[in-house]
Amino acid sequence: MVCETWAGKLDAYLDGELSLAEARALGEHLRVCGACAAESLSRVQQKRAVQAAGQRFTPDPAFRARIQKSITPRRARRWKLVWFPALAGAVALVIVGAIFLHLSREHRGEQQLLSELADLHVATLASSNPVDVVSTDRHTVKPWFAGKIPFTFNLPELQDSPFTLVGGKVTYLNQSPGAELIFRVRQHQISVFIFQEQALANGCAGENAQSARSFSARSWSHNGLCYFMISDVAGQDLDKLSELIKRAG
Amino acid sequence: MPHFERLYNFACWLTQDRHEAEDLVQETYAKALKGFSSFQPGTNFRAWIYKILRNTFLTSRTGLKATSNVPLDLEDDEVLPLAKETPESILLQRSDSQLVQQALEQLPVAYREVLLLCEVEEMSYQEISTTLAIPMGTVMSRLSRARRALRSQVQGMQQQPQGAATKA
Repeated sequence: MVCETWAGKLDAYLDGELSLAEARALGEHLRVCGACAAESLSRVQQKRAVQAAGQRFTPDPAFRARIQKSITPRRARRWKLVWFPALAGAVALVIVGAIFLHLSREHRGEQQLLSELADLHVATLASSNPVDVVSTDRHTVKPWFAGKIPFTFNLPELQDSPFTLVGGKVTYLNQSPGAELIFRVRQHQISVFIFQEQALANGCAGENAQSARSFSARSWSHNGLCYFMISDVAGQDLDKLSELIKRAG
Repeated sequence: MPHFERLYNFACWLTQDRHEAEDLVQETYAKALKGFSSFQPGTNFRAWIYKILRNTFLTSRTGLKATSNVPLDLEDDEVLPLAKETPESILLQRSDSQLVQQALEQLPVAYREVLLLCEVEEMSYQEISTTLAIPMGTVMSRLSRARRALRSQVQGMQQQPQGAATKA
């Protein structure tokens, strides 16, 4: 017979669940008690027998593959969850980049155009014959362009305004003919360029207020024509004159 | 797939049918993945996934059938008296693995699972307690009963052919 004191603790001892002190005490007891030692041996053997018999079933590779496959879509979704925002972010970045590049190119194109117009304006001011038709009368200046440029335009009535029409001449931009009109306000001269929209590589810039090399500039489009105004006067004067020209249609 | 082979082995022992075991393991992984957020890092993952497998089994048709046939065992913490000295060690030594497997198969599920978790999976009492959702004291008493039941099962199976031979 095993000892009553230890009978209930043999399993816990063999399962490694006794406290260190209890395990040590039971270990010492097993060295001197034959009955308890025999019972322990029997239980250890049973443990080993169950351990060996219990490892009985092994899954076949096809089942493993099936389980892995059944898990894979979820992984794919996870992958998608992780990468989709990054991908979307990258696409958004590319789109924003493309827009920025496009705008930047457009801006660069506009700046280049304004720079060329500023050159034309300066060349006109420096010329001893700044205009080919010298007249303050819009009914003289406008007909002068007939047959010289492939479009026509209206000039405003400048009475009761600080502006005076000086005259005009034919000018070229991108190998396309256009009209350059010179107005005066106080001692300043204002160049107004009119071109066909199709003659400009980037089209009209639309209603815009800009500056090029410290010159003030305004631009707008109307009836397929692009208007550019450039001068060294203050922006308000350009605004007033552009309003008059727009009203004239 | 963590614990795949062992989960499959345990599932086979519970269901005693390979096809059902495969379904059980598949459902266990599906549930584990779905409810992975409920797993608390730092706690015992093995006990967590075995618990899922066992709960899934218990709610299956086979599981319900297996547990409904078993009377509620004495889940108290009393120390069970040892059976009279019997030459179990010799019996178990002689008994081959197949005999023990047959004896295990015939044990009630509650005994079979606690034995497998302790001996085959080598889980601690604490892990078994978590997996089976029973107190530690119940783990110990159930283990003790399961071991005794297994011993008597093996003994009975070994004596059967001898008895038959005597009769013949």
